[in-house]
This record gives sequence, C-alpha cells and structure tokens, in this order.
Amino acid sequence: MSALGSNRFLLRKLLVVAAVMFGFGFALVPLYKKICEVTGINNIARADTVENRQIDTSRWLTIELDANTRDQLPWTFSPLQKTIRVHPGELVHVEYEISNPSGSAVTGQAVPSYGPQLAGLYFRKLECFCFTQQQLAAGETRRMPVVFVIEPSLPDDVNTITLSYTFFPIEGRG
Amino acid sequence: MEAVQGHDDHSHDHGHGYQGGVMRWITTTNHKDIGTLYLWFSFIMFLAGGTMALTIRAELFQPGLQIVEPEFFNQLTTLHGLVMVFGAIMPAFVGFANWQIPMMIGAPDMAFARMNNWSFWLLPPAGLLLLGSFLVPGGAAAGGWTLYAPLSIQLGIGMDLTIFAIHIMGASSIMGSINIITTILNMRAPGMTLMKMPMFVWSWLITAYLLIAVMPVLAGAVTMLLTDRHFGTNFFNAAGGGDPVMFQHIFWFFGHPEVYIMILPGFGIVSQIIPAFSRKPLFGYASMVYAMSSIAILSFIVWAHHMFTVGMPAAGLLFFMYATMLIAIPTGVKVFNWLATMWRGSMTFETPMLFAVGFIFVFTMGGFTGLILAITPVDIQLQDTYYVVAHFHYVLVAGSLFSLFGGIYYWLPKWTGHMYDEKLGQIHFWLSMIFFNLTFFVMHFLGLAGMPRRVPDYATQFAEFNMIASIGAFGFGLSQLLFLYIVLKCIRGGVKAPARPWEGADTLEWTLPSPAPYHSFETPPVVK
Repeated sequence: MSALGSNRFLLRKLLVVAAVMFGFGFALVPLYKKICEVTGINNIARADTVENRQIDTSRWLTIELDANTRDQLPWTFSPLQKTIRVHPGELVHVEYEISNPSGSAVTGQAVPSYGPQLAGLYFRKLECFCFTQQQLAAGETRRMPVVFVIEPSLPDDVNTITLSYTFFPIEGRG
Repeated sequence: MEAVQGHDDHSHDHGHGYQGGVMRWITTTNHKDIGTLYLWFSFIMFLAGGTMALTIRAELFQPGLQIVEPEFFNQLTTLHGLVMVFGAIMPAFVGFANWQIPMMIGAPDMAFARMNNWSFWLLPPAGLLLLGSFLVPGGAAAGGWTLYAPLSIQLGIGMDLTIFAIHIMGASSIMGSINIITTILNMRAPGMTLMKMPMFVWSWLITAYLLIAVMPVLAGAVTMLLTDRHFGTNFFNAAGGGDPVMFQHIFWFFGHPEVYIMILPGFGIVSQIIPAFSRKPLFGYASMVYAMSSIAILSFIVWAHHMFTVGMPAAGLLFFMYATMLIAIPTGVKVFNWLATMWRGSMTFETPMLFAVGFIFVFTMGGFTGLILAITPVDIQLQDTYYVVAHFHYVLVAGSLFSLFGGIYYWLPKWTGHMYDEKLGQIHFWLSMIFFNLTFFVMHFLGLAGMPRRVPDYATQFAEFNMIASIGAFGFGLSQLLFLYIVLKCIRGGVKAPARPWEGADTLEWTLPSPAPYHSFETPPVVK
C-alpha cells in the first residue's frame, strides 16, 4: 500500500472509532437503565415489596402530604387529607385529586421527595400514581391512590415525615 | 507546493513565498505555521480565561458583594473553566504536537496537512461562540463547566451557544488526534521504532487515542442536553422519566480521561526537558511508556469518583475509590523516574529546567491531594469545597501550564532562532511559582474549613485566606504579561541560537538549524 493509501486507511479506521464512541455515549443511557433494573438500584418508580408486616402500635408518626405542580402545568393537584397519623408497619391508603381545567389534554409525571430525606429509605410504596405518567383529558378530574407502609425500623428520632409530590409536564405528548 | 516568505513580524526566513499577509495564515498547511496559530490562539484564550479568573478573585477579595452580581459570577466561573480547558490548555498542547512531532520523528509535515488547517480554523469560531455567549439575553452558561443537568436544561440561549462551541471544538480535537496518530504511526523516519520515539511523541500518541475515545462521548452528552432542551426528549429530565445523575455518569466518562488528556503531553514535555538538563538519558524509558499507557487505561474506570455524593451503593463507592488509588502507582513510577534521571546528573537550571523541576514539585502535591480526595468518606466531606479547587489547580496550573511554559522556553530557540532572555525567564518562573502557591495553597485551608466553591460571597471567617488568594492571583496574572514580553522579545531578536542550544538535548529536531527551516526532513533522516 502506498504511504498516502495507508494514511487514508488509518484515517477511516479512526473515524469509525470516533463514530462508535459517539454512539456509545447514547448507548450508556439504556445500559445504565438495564444495570439499575437488574441490580435493583434507583427504583423510585417501581412498587416496593414489604416482608415484615409487624405493626408497631406503640409508636405514632405524622405523615404530611404535600402537592405541587411545576413549569406552567395547568393542573390543580392536592391530597384529600393534609396530614394523617399512622403506626410504623401499618398499611396506609391515601388519595390525591388532580384536575385539568385547561382546554386540552395534558400529560404529567409526578416526582416524589421526602423530608427528612433519610425517611425515603423507609417509605415503601406498594402503589403510586408516580409510577406512571398521567394523562388528563380537557376538564377531567381524577382521584389517585398511594398505598404505602413505613418500615418499623425507621430511626426513633423521626416523628414527622413529609411526602411531597411535584407534577411536571411532559412536553410533546398532548 | 512552494513555501512562503516570512510575514513582517516574523523576521526569520521561511523560504520562498507564494502568499503573504493574512491569507498566508488562513490557507497555510504547514505544520509549523499551524502550530504557531494554535499557540497564539491558546494564549489569547488564556488571557481571556485569566481575566475572568481575576474578576472572580476581585469579587472574593472581601466578603459581601462588591463588583459583580451573583448571576454574572456564576457565568464567570463556568466560562473560566470551559475557556481554560477547551480554549487554552488543550489547543496549546496541540500546538506543541504540530510544531514538534514531525520534527521529532523526522517527518516532513503532518499526515493530513489540509485537515490540519481545518482543525485549527474551527477553533476561533468556537472560541467566539463561547465568549460571545456573555452578550446574549440571559448571559453565558452559568451551571459550572461540568454543565450538570438539570441546571443546563433550564439555562438560556447562552447554554445553546456553549453546546455548539463544544461540538465544534470536539470535531477539531478529533481531527487533530487522527492527524497525530496517523503521523506518528505511518511517518516515522526509518529506524525509529515505537520504543525509540521521544517521550513527548509517546505521550501524544496515547493522548490522541484518549481524545478519539472520549470527545465523541462528550459530543453525545451535550447533544442529549440539546435535544432535552428543545426537542422534547427526556434523557436527563426527571419528570419525563430521565435521570439528571445519568448526565454526570456520561459527562465524567468523558471528564476523567479528559484530565489525563490535559496532563499526559505535559508529562511528555517534562520527560524531554529533565534528561536534557541532567545530561543523562531518561531513566526507565520503557516503564515510562507503560506507566502512561496504564494511566490512560485506568482513566476509563474511575469516572464515578467525581460523584461520590450522588447515592451510589457501597460496592460502587469502594470500587471507584480503589481504582482511583491505583492510578497513584503508575504516576508514582513516573515521578520516581524523573527523580532518578536527575540523580547524579550534571544538572543546570535554565528556565525550562526550573519549570520542569517546579512541575514535579507542585504536580506531586496536587497528586497527593488527589489521593486524599479519592478516599470516599473524606471526599463526601470535601465535595464541592475549595479543597477540590485547590487540588485541580495544582494539577492543571502547576501541572499542565507549568509544563507548557517549560516546553515553550525549551523549544523557543528552535522556533524563533533566538535565545530568550534567560534572566527574565527565571524571574518569570519564580514569580509564577510564588504567586501560584500564594493563590492556591491557602485554598486547601478554605476547603477544609468548609468554604463551598462557586459562590460569590462567604462567611467572614474565610476573609483572610481569600484576601491572600486574591493577592496571589493578581500577582500570578500580571506575571504572565512578563511571559508575553519575553516571547515577543525572543521573536523580534536576541542572541542567535545554535542548532543545539542545550548540550544534553539529543532528539531529532536539534539536528536542524535554528530557526527550523520552513520545510524540514523532506528526505527522512536515518535513526540508528
């Protein structure tokens, strides 16, 4: 092969490497998703399982429910009860109401957060509207449940937990 | 092609001309011209990034807000990082590669001379996009140079300009790297086997492979940011099922090899200077090559040590901690070899050697703080404090930048045909060294005491150390004007440089006359 020819050949090979690495950057996204799925890391949008159903009746916890919307999402969103008192280990069922007063269908996704943050580790959600995207038709109102158990191993100094949901609009999906 | 007659301010003879004035520089395909362009571009960006740094330090001179608004302060810290990394350090090393690699391996020019021209001329538009983003509504990107989501998804149009600038600079780096690899692999003089190549050439061969492997990943990451911002995708948008931490994983998969991209050519330069001024061959040549290769390979498996606080499982924390500490071993081999090269050498301390020895001293300090930060529980305490700022300025300023200064003094006689002013050079070294440490050493204490980075205001107990750091920074910044003066003075005239001004230097470029002729090694030399 001539000098120029072998240079061009190497150029092409290296360009292919660069193109593959560009694709690899994108491939990392599904790759991480798969790894997290297999290893069970990062499972905030999946139902938890509860093994120990021993209810600790000697202890009372206050759960404060909070609801927000973000980024001009034209919804009203609130829990039916603002606070509830529960025992650790008890199966709790609460409901939220969302309505879409706007004139068009809108899709949103709720993202939970916990205060104190640490309490999130002990908050086992068996069912939650935050596991999937919610689509509301124009003018539709919907009641949505959250079913959860607080693990009895919750540290003793935590007496109040705030569960806060924020709904974000999903763009490009009516 | 016929060669070119010198430009007015380049008094040395370039051969015979076919185009003068500005068009010579725009159309040039000569590796020496392009190297010069890269070096001047990077110096201009260095001054721009330095001006931002000094504005930051002026604001931090005292507690409270005096000079800039917090929003603008955030833009300054972001752009300072981006401009210095992508505009100053990286192009400067590519400038060295262009000037030196063909001369050091006995090749007439780079493999793809016209692509070389294109690689450089992509940079000025990218630089203008970055600096111009200050002028658009909402100002420049303000989420830190790491462009973390979700801030980078929410910022204004300045962020889009930054993304485009990174795309362009990435394309430029990839083309430059392909050129360098092809030149090194295909165009070495007869007899120069891979294991006879000068260490600077080896360092660039490894660096170029790193660049090709990770610059496209960064391009992918910022492309995902762009589509998240404008086209309704949800790679990093939590609300749409994306994950902002995902961005950090992709970014640092690029980012950690990137920090070695910015230091390996520096290792190469220092490995040329130390033997030359110790008048001994480099100690442990083969182990140097293996050490650099292992650093490059390890750099791909340590990225998450930048993200110890994101909530990884303990197994992940341990893996990334130990993998990071492993890098200290090849780096230690390199430092040991430099010291062993100097051991019982006939050392003299001209400016390049001062910078090289200074490099070993301060870079090793930066390496040790890196080891401390690698310890997960310590890092969780120190994440995003000034300790981290001190650490990476020790390895980037005292590491990369000092090696660049050393390399410029070392090869300036070959490039210009004149000796630089040795006395002024040494003054430049001592000013840089003292003011550098004045600026950044105290930042360790600030970080240990808990001062967070990227804030325009701070609690009053940090006032003294911040004042010292600001004084140091202004001293350091102004010292670099002396450097500009020394370089300009050397270009304009001075003592005529012999072909081999350093008696211990034995690589091929020193067999050429000084200044190096516009076309060199058209018939390849034979290496025994």
